[in-house]
Formats: sequence, structure tokens, C-alpha cells
Amino acid sequence: MHPIVLSMIAALGIDLDPKNIHIEKLEARSSHYLVRMGLFRILQLETETSIQEHAPEGRFIPLKQVKTSDELAEFISEMIPLLHSDSEQSKTIGYIISELGRNVLEHSLSESGAILCAQYYKKSNTIRIGMADTGIGIKRAINVSHAAPTDLEAIRLALWPGITGTTNKPGGTAKNAGAGLFFIKAIANLNKDFFVLYSGSSFYKLLVNKGKKLKLNADPFDDRHSTLDNLPYWQGTLVGVDLSLNQTREYEVLLAAIRDTYYRLRKTKTAHKKARFI
Amino acid sequence: MININLYRAIGETDFAENKDIGEKIRVSKIMPELSKGNELILDFEKIDRATQSFIHSLISDPVRKYGDKALDLIIFKNCNDNVKSMINIVLGYLQDAMDNKEA
Repeated sequence: MHPIVLSMIAALGIDLDPKNIHIEKLEARSSHYLVRMGLFRILQLETETSIQEHAPEGRFIPLKQVKTSDELAEFISEMIPLLHSDSEQSKTIGYIISELGRNVLEHSLSESGAILCAQYYKKSNTIRIGMADTGIGIKRAINVSHAAPTDLEAIRLALWPGITGTTNKPGGTAKNAGAGLFFIKAIANLNKDFFVLYSGSSFYKLLVNKGKKLKLNADPFDDRHSTLDNLPYWQGTLVGVDLSLNQTREYEVLLAAIRDTYYRLRKTKTAHKKARFI
Repeated sequence: MININLYRAIGETDFAENKDIGEKIRVSKIMPELSKGNELILDFEKIDRATQSFIHSLISDPVRKYGDKALDLIIFKNCNDNVKSMINIVLGYLQDAMDNKEA
């Protein structure tokens, strides 16, 4: 089960009275997995399945609800050692969770905050991350400042660098630049990773970039991708990212590609004033 | 000239990601200094990485409000290559946005 599904289930149930949640009898293996990932705990459900708790280092991050900026910061600092991957990869994961989590806290207006979890898959040497919220969804958030008639068009705009729901002014606001999701898509694209976004009735999936050339597109529809529409409605937003630990690109390479994408978007080529570094 | 030690300001972590803290630093320290025309140092010592959101929260308003003057007054100290790249990306899109507005 991908962590995005677990996060989804937890997000659906977290605000319900536990008495109103019924989980059908599960196979022992599934039951162990769900207990281990913290589904029963987060939904405040009792379970007959007992597991011997092991330290989670190196295998998974159990389901976690994050409702404030400080909780997110604390979670990120505690989480990085849990995944036991090398420093470079842990930092990339921290980056993804930070930007995704802060997106939820700022834009979703969800009282339940963000629900997230992650797991390491040994066979594919991949870390899979899932995050869910039951907030206003991307379409409503984007439409505060831009016209997106459909959920899919809203997803497209949300992934476009420089577009944020908080303003229609170029460069964003003091707090938002509309770059967070673009950066995450860029990380996934360059690392040939899996990335999905589901909001309302639409779904966007970035397909693995098979080319060797490092090129990012501003328009997510110019990337190799698939979309689905008219899906069962998800009130809020779901994000899934798989990070292959075999081929994580160096961070500096990634930033250079992002810089290049912004450069290609420039309408004027006047020289920029440089920062003073000492 | 004030020196803003970001490592201490963000809770002694090497990953600068909390943009709410970035905003507080901007409002309480950066903007008051710039409004007086004073130079200031943003010291990234011990910071290994910063998210785009964090850097944006620190410098977007100064650049928007004071333009090039902000970049004369703000000195970025002890930045490693990752942090430098991120600062350059953020400054790049901010200045592009301002150019587009003026064009």
C-alpha cells in the first residue's frame, strides 16, 4: 500500500468519532502493517493485533498529523534520522516534506492540517512519501487569484513556477512565490521519480523522464505525464512522491536546472544585480 | 551593522525551512535596518541548506520594496554553494518579476 493511500485513509477518518469507524477484518499481514504505520493509533482505534515495536529507523515514518508550523519543523528534524538514508537523500526528503507541509498549512485551510507518512522499500531502494489534507483543494485556492475553471487546470497552474493562489502579481507576495510544488516536481523529474497530485476530481501523474538530458518545463503538461479527470471527488489535496535512492541527483545539479528553467521564462534579458556574498 | 545569525534564529538546525521564522526575522530585523538605510549581514554559518520558501520569506519583501538598494545593503555571509544557488534563484525570479512589471 502506497503511503499516499494510508495518508488518505487517515485523513478521512481523523475527525470522526472512533465509534463511527469500522475496519473490516484484515489479514494478519495487512493488520500488522497498518498497526506499524500507526493507522489505528491516529484514528484512536483499538486493535487486537499486537506487534513488537521496533525502532522505526531505516524503514518508515508512521502516520503523523501536522497542524502548525512548529510541529512541522519539529517533525522534519526528528524524521530525517528515521529514514536512515545517506545525508544527501535525507535532505532531499526533508526538503520535499517541508515544502509540501507548508503548502498544506498555508493554503489548504484544513483544520486537520496535513497527514503524512513515508516508507522505505528495500526491493526498489525507494522511499515513498504520501501527504493528504481535507482542505479547500487546489482549485479553490488557486481561484483566489487566477482563473482555473477545472480541477485539472488548477493543478496545472499550481505546478507552474511563479503562480500562487495568494496573488496574481508576478513574483508572488512577501510570503509566497508559487514555486514550492514546481521545485518538488523538478526534484522528481530530474531524479526520474514518481510524483502524483490529486485534488477535487483530477489527478496528475508525472511519468518517468526517460531522456538523459536535464530539462525542466515550466508547464507541467509539457513534461511526460498522464492525467485523469472525473475521478471520485477528493475534498482537499493528495500528493505522492517516490524517491529512488539509486539515482538521486546532486542537489547542486538540481538547483542549476531550476535556475535554467527560470532563465528560459525570462521576458527581458537585462542583467540582474548580484547578491553580495562574503 | 547588525549580524543576523540565522542558525541561532531558526533553532540551531542546519536546514533553514521554517518560513514563519524567516518572516519574523524579516519583519523584526531586516526591514527596520533597511528603512534606516543601514547595511546588515545575513549570516548563514552552519546552515547547510535552505528551502526556496525560506529564502523568499527573508528577502522578497526587501527587494520588492527597496529594489537594487536592498542588495547594496544586505550582505550574505558564510553561504555554502547550495545556499548561494538558492539565493541566486530567488533573487533572479524576484528581479525578473520587477522587470516585467516595469516593462
